[in-house]
Amino acid sequence: MSEAAPSAAAIKEFTRPPSLLGKSVTGRYITVAFMVLLLVLPLVAWFTGNTFYLDFSTRIICLSFAAVSLNLILGFGGMISFGHAAFIGIGAYMVGIPAYHGYESGWLHFPLAMGVSALFALVTGAVCLRTKGVYFIMITMAFAQMAYYLFLSLEEYGGDDGLTIYNRSVLNIIDIENKVVLFLLAYAALATGIYAVYRIVNSRFGMVVRGCQSNEARMKALGYNTYAYRLTAYVIAGAMCGLAGALLGNFQSFISPDMMGWTRSGELMFMVILGGTGTLFGPVLGAVAFLVIEEILSAFTTYWALPFGILLILSVLFIKGGLSGLIHRGLKHG
Amino acid sequence: MADTLLAVRNLKKSFGGVNATDDVSIEVERGELHAVIGPNGAGKTTLIAQLSGDLAPDSGKVLLDGKDITSVPTHRRSHFGMARSFQITSVFMNMSVIANVSLAVQSHDGTSFRFWQPACTEERLRRPAMDILDKVGLADRAGTIASAMSHGERRQLELAMALATKPRFLLLDEPMAGMGVEESAAMVGILKGLKGDKTILLVEHDMDAVFALADRISVLVYGRVIATGKPAEIRRNKAVRDAYLGED
Repeated sequence: MSEAAPSAAAIKEFTRPPSLLGKSVTGRYITVAFMVLLLVLPLVAWFTGNTFYLDFSTRIICLSFAAVSLNLILGFGGMISFGHAAFIGIGAYMVGIPAYHGYESGWLHFPLAMGVSALFALVTGAVCLRTKGVYFIMITMAFAQMAYYLFLSLEEYGGDDGLTIYNRSVLNIIDIENKVVLFLLAYAALATGIYAVYRIVNSRFGMVVRGCQSNEARMKALGYNTYAYRLTAYVIAGAMCGLAGALLGNFQSFISPDMMGWTRSGELMFMVILGGTGTLFGPVLGAVAFLVIEEILSAFTTYWALPFGILLILSVLFIKGGLSGLIHRGLKHG
Repeated sequence: MADTLLAVRNLKKSFGGVNATDDVSIEVERGELHAVIGPNGAGKTTLIAQLSGDLAPDSGKVLLDGKDITSVPTHRRSHFGMARSFQITSVFMNMSVIANVSLAVQSHDGTSFRFWQPACTEERLRRPAMDILDKVGLADRAGTIASAMSHGERRQLELAMALATKPRFLLLDEPMAGMGVEESAAMVGILKGLKGDKTILLVEHDMDAVFALADRISVLVYGRVIATGKPAEIRRNKAVRDAYLGED
């Protein structure tokens, strides 16, 4: 009994690129609603005089963007980087250092943040990607700690006291001294970042990177120089995170080496896992959940870290596929 | 002089004091299906690893079509026309069958440093992929995720991926391993279809398959080739019977 080969229409069905917003219709509504709320709620809060929520949201957006960039290599490339916060720090200092010397143009800051982060990713990634598994995790962390200690030792730029940015990056008519404008800029960067990841992971390049995650030996046997593709992905993720860092630096107006400590890298990794690795919007979901829960718990008790830690452990143990996975399963059963 | 596609010359590899590959020389002629058999621990896996580029030999040479590829890395060997299957089925489990084969086609279709256009809609990847799936009898499974297929089907898929790189030389590492009788027979049928068209080095445990398929057989025992010849010659060979076949 031999079945007929699939019809042209059927082939079209399974060779269509996956939709940006996911397969299920309800899922799409949820994603859109979530992204709209993330844009509208902070603005409503600001118009009604609750500036705190706008600030808090700007921070969430910046870290979401960083998590999205980490997810590109962690979720789609299987590169479990424990040093991703280094790029946040580098990005922030690429705003702080030129500003300290009187160069305040954002047209300098943002490209510099991305460029230097990309370079750092290229140099460290070239070494890190020679290793596998736990060694990769440890060596990415080691390089990030080296960056941390480097900025710690720069007395000129405040050392461990940090550096105050007195004026935010100047971007002609986009005046990010205005909190709302900065928020909108960060949101636009996040949306662009998610769309870029969507395009990248479905492109030829992205298929190669995903193939390397799935089965690197097979990729080599098929003729792919897996190292070159993985390194390129690592550099792209680094540059994206550098931009996130530059936005965060602008928002905080104060930067310090603490931004790139290993605990920060751990938090980023956690946001990605909590939200759902290898999903487009999962890291944003993870970042929102992480920061909101942290905020709520810290309002209740000074010992918030303990219940928070327990919550995190429980969520990893019992929520398979992160919050995105949870929502998906909920939709299937509901 | 015979028309040799793959020549293995005096290959040696030892681990500690064990000579896993001990002065192995094998010539595979163009269009030939050459089988390598040997009992467990004979060094078949080590030999394959050196042919595929995963392991560097201590000494000796591997020539593909006269070119010395001994120190060519694995991924470049593919572009010299070598493709392989793995002993343990090696496909992209989380991808659809068509995506698996498309990714193999893509490897030999220019650069993959293309970051924006979706790969799965590219006709020039999809059409050759579908053609190959037709050839190995998996066309109706094109949309299935690899992890949802049976072991035998995954084996076929792996072969399809190897073929998608348009190889001149196929290195097959126990393609029948873990297969049932029916699946084995199907695989023998597919390999028979490839015979003559492709040059194949087949490492296999399944004796029935080897004797049904091979033009010539080399017998590996303790890292050494103790005999090479036509299936009938190998069957008669006293040393081979003692070392291997007699144990059955």
